[in-house]
Amino acid sequence: MSLYLIPLAPLLGALVPLFSGRSGRSALALSVALFPAWALVYMLIQAQAVLDGETLRFAVDWIPAIGLQLAFRLDGLGLLFCLLILIIGLLVILYARYYLSEQENMGRFYSYLLLFMTAMLGIVLSNNLLQLWLFWELTSISSFLLISFWSHKSDARKGARMALAITGAGGLALLAGLLLIGNMVGDYSLDTVLANGALIKANPAYPVALVLLLLGAFTKSAQFPFHFWLPHAMAAPTPVSAYLHSATMVKAGIFLLARFYPAMSGTDMWFLAVSMTGLITLLYGAFTALFQHDLKGLLAYSTISHLGLITLLLGMNTRLAAVAAVFHIINHATFKASLFMAAGIIDHESGSRDMRKLNGLWKYMPHTAALAMVAASSMAGVPLLNGFLSKEMFFAETLDQSTLGGLSWVIPVLATVGGAFSVAYSLRFIHDVFFNGDPIDLPRTPHEPPRYMKVPVEILVALCLLVGVFPNYVVNSLLNAASAAVLNGRLPEYSLAIWHGFNIPMLMSLAAMAGGLYIYYNRRMLFQFHAQFPQHDAKQIFEGAVQYVAKQCERIIDALENGSLQRYVFLLLLFALMFMAGPLLDLHHSAGSRPQLELNGVVLTGAILLSLSAVATVIWARRRFIALLSLSVTGLIVSIAFAYFSAPDLALTQLSVEIITVILLMLALFFLPQTTLKESSPNRLTRDLSLAALIGGVVGSISYALMTRPLLSISDYYLTHSKTGGGGDNVVNVILVDFRGFDTLGEITVLGIAALGIYKLIAGMRLYMPAGDDSGRPWSQDRHPMILALVSQNLLPLALLVSVYILLRGHNLPGGGFIAGLITSVAIIQQYIAHGVDWIKHRVRINYQALIAGGVLLAALTGAGAWAFDRPFLTSWFDHFHLPWIGDFELASAMLFDLGVYLTVVGAAMLILANLGKLTTSERPAFENGDAPRAPATHHKEEF
Amino acid sequence: MEGVYAFCVGLLTACGVFLCLRGRTFSVVLGLTLLSYAVNLFLFASGRLALYGAAVLGSTEKYGDPLPQALVLTAIVIGFAMTAFLVILAMRSRADLGNDHVDGRIPSEPSLVQRRTGRKG
Repeated sequence: MSLYLIPLAPLLGALVPLFSGRSGRSALALSVALFPAWALVYMLIQAQAVLDGETLRFAVDWIPAIGLQLAFRLDGLGLLFCLLILIIGLLVILYARYYLSEQENMGRFYSYLLLFMTAMLGIVLSNNLLQLWLFWELTSISSFLLISFWSHKSDARKGARMALAITGAGGLALLAGLLLIGNMVGDYSLDTVLANGALIKANPAYPVALVLLLLGAFTKSAQFPFHFWLPHAMAAPTPVSAYLHSATMVKAGIFLLARFYPAMSGTDMWFLAVSMTGLITLLYGAFTALFQHDLKGLLAYSTISHLGLITLLLGMNTRLAAVAAVFHIINHATFKASLFMAAGIIDHESGSRDMRKLNGLWKYMPHTAALAMVAASSMAGVPLLNGFLSKEMFFAETLDQSTLGGLSWVIPVLATVGGAFSVAYSLRFIHDVFFNGDPIDLPRTPHEPPRYMKVPVEILVALCLLVGVFPNYVVNSLLNAASAAVLNGRLPEYSLAIWHGFNIPMLMSLAAMAGGLYIYYNRRMLFQFHAQFPQHDAKQIFEGAVQYVAKQCERIIDALENGSLQRYVFLLLLFALMFMAGPLLDLHHSAGSRPQLELNGVVLTGAILLSLSAVATVIWARRRFIALLSLSVTGLIVSIAFAYFSAPDLALTQLSVEIITVILLMLALFFLPQTTLKESSPNRLTRDLSLAALIGGVVGSISYALMTRPLLSISDYYLTHSKTGGGGDNVVNVILVDFRGFDTLGEITVLGIAALGIYKLIAGMRLYMPAGDDSGRPWSQDRHPMILALVSQNLLPLALLVSVYILLRGHNLPGGGFIAGLITSVAIIQQYIAHGVDWIKHRVRINYQALIAGGVLLAALTGAGAWAFDRPFLTSWFDHFHLPWIGDFELASAMLFDLGVYLTVVGAAMLILANLGKLTTSERPAFENGDAPRAPATHHKEEF
Repeated sequence: MEGVYAFCVGLLTACGVFLCLRGRTFSVVLGLTLLSYAVNLFLFASGRLALYGAAVLGSTEKYGDPLPQALVLTAIVIGFAMTAFLVILAMRSRADLGNDHVDGRIPSEPSLVQRRTGRKG
């Protein structure tokens, strides 16, 4: 059976309002209803197998690599919930057709409703913990949309937000719990989890997992102390309340308890946590419901109370109690949905839900009144109605447990008290609304609703009666199948009968009836008593808490984030220091076993020069030109170090990059202030110096520790395969253009992007061109020096020749595209320096952007060329040829790739420098509107 | 020799970090350049120091580790691109904002955050 179709059908139905447009409200309702109706029929066809005890499964791989499946399973419990969700859902669709007014966007409403239906079906059908959680969160989100459907009302928005916050937070706890459970059994499949209950309960992490799971279930099912969101969710349109708070949303928590019953229940902890929470919720809900003046408020608290009852039953650790719980799930869903719908009709037709105004409606709407009275009697547990049967079972079960030891008698007593209050508020619902005098200034005169609005209520009330009178025929097989699923097949003996003889549960029922009558009769006294308590509005407390948290967060953020980049960098480095230094503390000796090289004079001299120049850069950092000069000395020593320690390619690269960088920085210095003010306080300096010293020390130690330990490198592979696989002797170059060619392709792309970014930054720059230096001396107006011009002009062909040579030999000797490109750039820049932009622009007409694009394209195409020979991207090819006169030579596709690298490097370097250089000349970009460049506003203030 | 090398890496790092913590853009550019020297030397040294061992086949008996060299080579070029971008960004920010402080404002003026919350700091 393709189980996935069941949740899929409503999901498709959610899209229907998009297409049905203006086809009329009845047509819309009908076309929407078709989808869940189809799902219902489809499931009923298969239902017999499930009722016979089979479990249907369906699974497709979703992400097999991490073991994720889209998995569904349908057993008795799933079937029961699917029936509730689909049948009551269909009735709600019909009901909402008449409930929503002409002005309201019915399409949107139906979309949300069906989305919610999908989520619920997904929960009850999932066979994978994570998938279950996904649908669980989806119910939170879609219920948020439904509760806030009247989003113009502040109540609706706040109620929806509260519901989302509470159930969403519970959802996170649930996720943690499910992950724990999945870890314990080593599999996220529900089948495995249910079969391994003993394993889970023996695990030391069981209590944590249980608490997290219960947090998820209790928040969703509005159990004390998380109950407060439910009454505020009553701001939703009544069809939503009828659906969410009878059969679905709040029952999802109950479903979770029932679903994990075989895996998690049976321990003392389960008993204490679940049954005590249920008992408190049952009493609190029943007591509070009596004092509500809002019709839906009464029903909301009564829902809380009944959910508590079911929770209590599930917590009792007896098999019969679980059966009773399942039975009450069915009964509560039917009578509560019909009561909500009746309340909606009363609200709709009289304009009020206030029970102090609603009186004597019997005269105005006898039909509705009769239906509501039957449903309310079922809620109270009157015989011949379904509520009576499950309440009777509940009373019997409270007697049949001894988990509280000597105090076990408390539970049946409290259950009877709860029952009495439940009778009292049901009585109030009937007597206060339909009798008790006449209506008091209602907005409009009440009357019967449209015919079809009553149909859903009639169907549900008929179900209450049928189940109540003929339980064995109507629900027995479904109840058996569902209970068997909850109990993992070990079904106890029980009989559904109206008359079990004159026994203690019967007495308890009678006592509850009498007590309820008495309480209702003396309600005025109780109301006065209740009025003495200070009233807490959960919404205000919740909003207050939310705002308090938000304010605290803002304070923390303001304290940390003051807009100073210096502070951010400091904090960042401080954390980096802590994480770097930590592992070093575990090291016994900083020096390792690897034999060290002997120190010699050359190295010592280099080190001293490097240290001096680096320190000089810092000391003269405020005199920027001098700092730049010492920086270039550092760079030079670094490139010599590369050369000395057997890395000729690096030395060449570093050297040419150094030249270009220094030219670039000098150009930049022309536009930037040439000195820095002294503005760091002594404290700041000390702080920064200590951090810098610490980080330097740690990095140096790591480097030392690393270098003195033996090397386990993967480089042997490259060394052995360089010649045979890449056709080159220079392993560094072969790695760049062949083994790791894809990296290099990415890198030249980044280079190109950076250059283009710089080009755009320069193009929009409105710079003030200083006429002189800091001390006021004007810049030299001399022409370009003759000797430099002549020499560099003659050097150009030579330099280009060298760069071509370096490019070609790169595969076998130090060199390659990067280095050759940098050398070419330096040669061209030299021409700019010697001759000026005016002279160059008539002679060199290269479009540097095209050069970058061409380079990247060439490299990419070389890589793609391998496809033509059915090889993966960037597979290289090489061979040896012989030509007369020239001799043996080698051709390799990697050379083309390297040419692409070369072109990109030249293009990028030149695009940056040529454009920056232009800024200093008459070739600078013209400003729009012809306005003169704006001088920096703070030019005078900064005292360069 | 390793000790001296490590000392130089540490010193370059310290100088770079100190300059990065300064408030003016040019100092930060200098600092980042020093820091990138340090990082490149550090990465290069993770292949261990070797004399007369250029990774050109047939030129010697024992080769230095070519992999860190290849990594550092591209790092140098990318580092240049980033330095250039940073420098131009610094120039642009001075052109548009009128000062060369890293925050785009002189710290004595109230920041955006402080203006929003109405507090002076």
